[in-house]
Amino acid sequence: MSIQSTIESKLTDAFSPERLAVINESHLHAGHQEHFDGTGETHFRVRIVADAFAKMNRVERHRAVNELLAEELKDSVHALAIEPAAPGEPTRW
Amino acid sequence: MSGINEFIDNEVKSSDVVLFMKGTPGFPQCGFSGQVVQILDYLGVEYKGINVLTSDELRQGIKDYSNWPTIPQLYVKGEFVGGCDIIREMFQASELQAFLNEKGVAAKGAA
Repeated sequence: MSIQSTIESKLTDAFSPERLAVINESHLHAGHQEHFDGTGETHFRVRIVADAFAKMNRVERHRAVNELLAEELKDSVHALAIEPAAPGEPTRW
Repeated sequence: MSGINEFIDNEVKSSDVVLFMKGTPGFPQCGFSGQVVQILDYLGVEYKGINVLTSDELRQGIKDYSNWPTIPQLYVKGEFVGGCDIIREMFQASELQAFLNEKGVAAKGAA
């Protein structure tokens, strides 16, 4: 299973999101470091709208996602941008 | 407390605003660190940049200290505020300026 699919399924299981987009942005970082050729799964953006975030502040929301994906972040994912929102909050996507 | 923890603890408590980043404010070596530098510079905030690329121990140590897996990390008055996404969100919502002023840190363009 690709890292992208793993991230999608973990987030889906944990948060039952209303909306979810996991975007592989690795190609945007090609050449930034010697081993980034842009074809891998090193940089991701997670956009997620879920009820669970309603009672969390910004740091708590990011921690919740980071902790869920700790294994991926430790091993292979170099950067994870997160855009969490609760239902009804404005999003840019 | 281990040596690196003590070092970090001392840094975040001895300057009002501390940014742990890749590279330096004058020469960021990562786009995410660079974004936070731009925001702080735009607001005219005085801060201390600490380059985590100078030491593997520091690079790992700051992640353990804050329980936050990525760089950059911004501290204000010893308190962890967030990484690139959070700082950008706060800035765009004009919350960062208000937050800094609340903490007694001078920032331009306060709401």
